[in-house]
Amino acid sequence: MIETKNLKRSFKNGEAETLVLKGVDLRVETGEFVAIMGRSGAGKSTLMYQISLLDEPTSGEIKIDDVDTHLMSPEEKTQFRLQKLGYVFQDYALIPELTALENVVLPLLMRGMGKKEAYLLAAESLEKVGLRDHIKQLPSQLSGGEQQRASIARAIAHKPDILFADEPTANLDNESSKTVMSLFLELHKEGQTIVMVTHEEQYGRMAEKIIRIDDGQIIGIE
Amino acid sequence: MFSALNYRIGFFLAVRQIRRSSIWTNTLIVSVMILTFLNLVVVSGILVGLIQGAVDAVRLHYTSDIIISTPTSKSSIENSPAVIAALAADPRIDSYSSRYLEGATVEAGYKEQHKDNEKPNIASAGVSGINPQTEDRVTGLSTYLVEGSYLLPTDYDQVLVGAYLLKKYLPIDSPGFSTLEGVAPGTKIRLTLNGVQREVTVKGIIKSKIDEINMRIFMTDSQLRSLAGRSTYNVNEIAVKLKPGVDPNAVRDALIGQGLSRVAKVQTYADAEPKFIKDMIATFALLGNMISSIGLVVASITIFIVIFINAITRRKFIGILKGIGISGEAIEISYILQSFFYAITGSIIGLIIVYAVLQPLIAAHPINFPFSDGILVAPLSSTFLRMSLLIVATIFAGYIPARMIVRKNTLDSILGRN
Repeated sequence: MIETKNLKRSFKNGEAETLVLKGVDLRVETGEFVAIMGRSGAGKSTLMYQISLLDEPTSGEIKIDDVDTHLMSPEEKTQFRLQKLGYVFQDYALIPELTALENVVLPLLMRGMGKKEAYLLAAESLEKVGLRDHIKQLPSQLSGGEQQRASIARAIAHKPDILFADEPTANLDNESSKTVMSLFLELHKEGQTIVMVTHEEQYGRMAEKIIRIDDGQIIGIE
Repeated sequence: MFSALNYRIGFFLAVRQIRRSSIWTNTLIVSVMILTFLNLVVVSGILVGLIQGAVDAVRLHYTSDIIISTPTSKSSIENSPAVIAALAADPRIDSYSSRYLEGATVEAGYKEQHKDNEKPNIASAGVSGINPQTEDRVTGLSTYLVEGSYLLPTDYDQVLVGAYLLKKYLPIDSPGFSTLEGVAPGTKIRLTLNGVQREVTVKGIIKSKIDEINMRIFMTDSQLRSLAGRSTYNVNEIAVKLKPGVDPNAVRDALIGQGLSRVAKVQTYADAEPKFIKDMIATFALLGNMISSIGLVVASITIFIVIFINAITRRKFIGILKGIGISGEAIEISYILQSFFYAITGSIIGLIIVYAVLQPLIAAHPINFPFSDGILVAPLSSTFLRMSLLIVATIFAGYIPARMIVRKNTLDSILGRN
């Protein structure tokens, strides 16, 4: 479960300070599939970066599974992300020197898993997203859709408590976008909590709940 | 901090980053490391080798392994036959050459008419009476012949002249020093020694890296004894060549133990080195170290720039790694290991170049410096010390930029924000 209280994030540009999140109170229950939607510049990605612990809020509280994350050091946050969270980025964010399998296996090894077990789990995860035949390929040898699926495989291999996805279909064609979304739906059916940021209405509507945001504030929950 | 897990992940990343990065990038970085290694080892090695070459030349051409010479208070080595008998009895000695030494003046062109104000064609020289065969066995004197032919034991009134006694080889004109003009093999010159004048024929001209040889006239020992009126067989110096692998210090100590030091000065080639040579070796070593230190700083800056650019261009991926939970330490270790790889690869190739190519090549074809056959002096111990310094400097130069990038905000790195 994610819970935020009066979450604010501002950015300084010289003397000027821009408030991007203006006190957001949010609650995502365990097992929910939530889409955060809004127009460009509304603050949806900024909100996701805060609740996924990739960024530091200016003020306010974030609780994940009843843990006060604002009390954590950067190292503790890194460890928390490794153990509890999974990420799917808009531009896939695969490491170019690692094969699909190595990209997936890396966080598993970092969790202290044995090599054999980690590689087995990584291969299973890639199989789940339909990339069994591409495990030895480098990201540059994969199509955009395949890279995004490899990115999903990396995000879910360690069975995270929450899966964050930032515009996962923005760089994909229709076919690939549908494949990615059907993967999310399948994961959600298995009980996976998913928080997805998107500006594409057709994919946002596939989520269980839509949080609409504008000008740094939640303007509606559907 | 730097836990086993972080090392494991760091190694995992480093290996793949090196293996899958551009071959040109790897070649460039390794080339920089090789050149830096060579700069560290070869520059100082040549500087020291320049002097070491001179020292070796003195050993090879003049003193040999042990030099037995006249004590300062005496005019010759007393009871020389007994000294020579002691040398002949020592199985560790390969050969030896006894030398009679006298001071003389030599004159050329004395049969020609001179104007009153014309400077005579005259020079001062040391005359060395030798057995041409034994001297050749000990110092290889015949190999330094640049004109004419070598002496035979039966040669009479024939001499070899050192090149620096001839204007042709040493075109210097100074008030305290003069050389002979118009002298070549076959030329007759007049030798004045202890008031006795003798006309002799130049049989050959000797040129070596050693000034003592270039400033001498060589003739057979029997003729010098008769010319100088020496009634005894007491010689002035004996150069002793040892069999391969024999320690000169041990032979010197044994000879001193037999009482030879009562009648002569017994020294190894190292003992006989003038102090200024030892000072020059130390000075050149210092100079070499200073140049090497600059090379080390340049290498550190180069590797810093290379790793910094590499880390800057990979900043996004460093951010992603942190984002998915890879610890900063593991990422830093991956850069440290990459730096270590470049340093060790460059150093190993450098070692091969130095010990398999340069050292044997320069030993076979020494660098022709005016006063020395320059060699490359690179003792393994100091080479490994320099290699260790290079590796440590490279690791730091790789670690610092990696740490700078890793410490940046994770999201800023992912999004490329400043």
